[in-house]
Amino acid sequence: MKRLTHLQKLEAESIHIMREVAAEAENPVMLYSIGKDSAVMLHLALKAFYPSKLPFPLLHVDTTWKFREMISFRDNLAKEIDADLIVHKNEEGIVQGIGPFTHGSAMHTDIMKTEALKQALSKHKFDVAFGGARRDEEKSRAKERIFSFRSADHRWDPKNQRPELWKLYNTRKAPDESIRVFPISNWTELDIWQYIHLEKIPLVPLYFSAMRPIVERDGTLIMVDDDRMPMKPNEKPEMKMVRFRTLGCYPLTGAVESEATTLPQIIQEMLLTTSSERQGRMIDHDQSASMEKKKQEGYF
Amino acid sequence: MAHQSDLIESDIEAYLKSHEEKSLLRFITCGSVDDGKSTLIGRMLYESKMIFEDQLAALETDSKKVGTQGQDLDFALLVDGLASEREQGITIDVAYRYFSTDKRKFIVADTPGHEQYTRNMATGASTADLAIILIDARKGILTQTKRHSFIASLLGIRNVVLAINKMDLVDYDKAVFDQIVLDYQAFATHLREDGVVPFEIVPIPLSALKGDNIIEQSPKMPWYKGQTLLAHLEDVPVQQADIEKPFRMPVQWVNRPNLDFRGFSGQISSGSIKVGEIIKILPSAKQSVVKSIVTLDGNLDQAIAGQSVTICLEDEIDISRGDVFCEAGKPAEVANQFEATILWMAEEPMLPGRSYLMKTGAQNARATITVPKFKVNVNTIERLPATKLELNEIGECNIAVDRKIVFDAYDDNKDMGSFILIDRLTNATVGMGMLRFALRRASNIHWQATDVSKSTRSAMKTQKPAVLWFTGLSGSGKSTIANLLEKKLTAMGKHTYLLDGDNVRHGLNKDLGFTDADRVENIRRVTEVSKLMVDAGLITLVSFISPFRSERQMARAAMEDGEFLEIFVDTPLEVAESRDVKGLYKKARAGEIKNFTGIDSPYEPPKNAEIGVNTAEMSAETAADHILLTLEERGILI
Repeated sequence: MKRLTHLQKLEAESIHIMREVAAEAENPVMLYSIGKDSAVMLHLALKAFYPSKLPFPLLHVDTTWKFREMISFRDNLAKEIDADLIVHKNEEGIVQGIGPFTHGSAMHTDIMKTEALKQALSKHKFDVAFGGARRDEEKSRAKERIFSFRSADHRWDPKNQRPELWKLYNTRKAPDESIRVFPISNWTELDIWQYIHLEKIPLVPLYFSAMRPIVERDGTLIMVDDDRMPMKPNEKPEMKMVRFRTLGCYPLTGAVESEATTLPQIIQEMLLTTSSERQGRMIDHDQSASMEKKKQEGYF
Repeated sequence: MAHQSDLIESDIEAYLKSHEEKSLLRFITCGSVDDGKSTLIGRMLYESKMIFEDQLAALETDSKKVGTQGQDLDFALLVDGLASEREQGITIDVAYRYFSTDKRKFIVADTPGHEQYTRNMATGASTADLAIILIDARKGILTQTKRHSFIASLLGIRNVVLAINKMDLVDYDKAVFDQIVLDYQAFATHLREDGVVPFEIVPIPLSALKGDNIIEQSPKMPWYKGQTLLAHLEDVPVQQADIEKPFRMPVQWVNRPNLDFRGFSGQISSGSIKVGEIIKILPSAKQSVVKSIVTLDGNLDQAIAGQSVTICLEDEIDISRGDVFCEAGKPAEVANQFEATILWMAEEPMLPGRSYLMKTGAQNARATITVPKFKVNVNTIERLPATKLELNEIGECNIAVDRKIVFDAYDDNKDMGSFILIDRLTNATVGMGMLRFALRRASNIHWQATDVSKSTRSAMKTQKPAVLWFTGLSGSGKSTIANLLEKKLTAMGKHTYLLDGDNVRHGLNKDLGFTDADRVENIRRVTEVSKLMVDAGLITLVSFISPFRSERQMARAAMEDGEFLEIFVDTPLEVAESRDVKGLYKKARAGEIKNFTGIDSPYEPPKNAEIGVNTAEMSAETAADHILLTLEERGILI
């Protein structure tokens, strides 16, 4: 029998990691963000435990500003795979009317995403949370362990990480600590796309190009997903052929003009493109070490 | 991210098809800041077109702001990740980088090279197939080159690239290159003579800064006929050997969705398995036949090393996490004592006799380690005597575990022979190790079953056996209270024995001093003696300072549930010192006694003692009565 390909090796490694968690954690959860990385992570989890059901629930932190198509995709998928889906919203934030247009991207993300995530983890007393982050996404992530520990207040201390040897994961922790586990740490963006293609993993249609109502603001193409988006004078949504390379809150996620309507076309575009994936996300732009800071504060 | 292949534009489907077949190579780069390691990695990312334009723009800005290359791009900035590192200009941890070419995907473990980062390098090396050892052409073989080579070989890396960097600074001189290669080969022979497993060495002259021999053959070094670095990385065979080895699969998770299905999930460590083949399950040594190999994509006829699968068996056998499926004719070994090489990774040293948690494969056990046979000077590969292992030290030790462990020697099977050690109190990973072989001693001494049991012995005495463990500072009143309590118990007709720290040090522990290591051994011995006393049915009073939490925890764990009562004689240091019955505090303060608890050696107070007494607030008599009451409440006096 011939050797394993790089994708087969990555798959086997991710499955191994998930099974370690299922065997050793008390109350694990999988963070499901509906994006392509989450889609791959979820697919790997289904493989890891087949024919059993997922031995943990899925948690989606809903900022209430996600694309509508994301939400309907999420609900259909959860039903289809018979998963236990927990949707958490920061109710205090909703009462205060926090939103990206009124409070800016930083405050919105902090309250509706970071805070909300901490609330949900504390409320359900999850001791381990799977996340779909990859090390190739961003420089501070390149140093993060696959099993990444968080203090009682969900902070990450990059200087005090446990050494991770072979595939022996030390899952022991103090009662008030928790662990973020990143089973697809070693995947790159290309790996993810190639795997989605090979395994025919369903994706939110927003990844594929279509005519969508777009407003251009400060060089970013924003899709007008609902009527909560206040129009500036002279602004009028225009139908454009666009798709999204990452998915998040619609006011904070830039679209790219594209003709790619199939997976191979998307991969082709990605391979020929000249800017990195996170460029569409506004959160990284503030300062060069912003992600590292956010992570220390508890942003996954 | 323009990959080389023209297929991307012309025929993306064909491109994807060809890339499904790519293999994976994990490698580690070893070198120090000055060797240009980060520059080399940055250069490889750049040359393989893995850097986007926005990243390149950021790099240009950063290069001008904090770079060290004047107006040129400083590739090192691409890989120095964390903000604090960028300010200090050093790499402090293990970082992983990814790039791929048309033939392979690469995972690079980027680790710092200084001696104080030995553990980081070992971490990166633990998952690597190949090591690139960087050498500055101007400096030749240095101490660190030897260290890096030793660690790489210790971790079982079989392929080494000797990257002789900065050739541009020696005028691309062939003689310089040849001399370094000669020197290194002499050193490698020396390594082999020391029993370190040999590896393949491929020397390549290059300049990471200028891009010579990285991806394209350098016109400056026409005398070099070998492959460029990237070409070599693309072609070097990745270990196929694992598939040829005997079948092993540690059971990670029992897959039981309903009563009709019972599968065993795990990642195959070595070999291959087919439906219908016989396997042996260790440690039970039961045999069964593979009924099916189950995956979401359908059942398989065969699975090979590296795959994560679920296996169903023909027979109903009790199997749980940690068991190992083996080729029936070539099973792994089972033992509870080993010789192992340990690399210590914690600030607090490894203490012989202390109990640590050990994780190997999916097995967890409690382990104690003996005094190292020797430690290795990583710079000279010399063997030195040692009583303990400090941070970043490597030593050869014997390990005893509290249960049978299934294993293979590390050199035969990395998955089956590797382990980590975990501190039981802090939960930190404090050590890593490689199992060498089983020690047969333990298996030749069998436990002799006796007909008169502990319960028979204690029932005759109308008491429950117990250990009353008094801990506290010197002069806190432990012995006084223990003495009073024993008198009271004897008056009640109870059978007791008092083990007093000072008295035991006159005999059994005469050979021990007061270093941390000796204190641990002191407690280990008295724990074993207490265990015998308890087995004899006695109420055993132990009056020892016993300053460390983990040793008291070890003593507790050695007894049965409810047998161990920790009594914290919680007298403040000032009070104990003011009493100074034996005049020891005075001497300690004067520096005449070293390692005195409370003065220059720490005392870790109990967190969950069953009983607490404070002789500053109550008399010894009251304290003894208070303890007596607790014993009655707990039914020890019957």
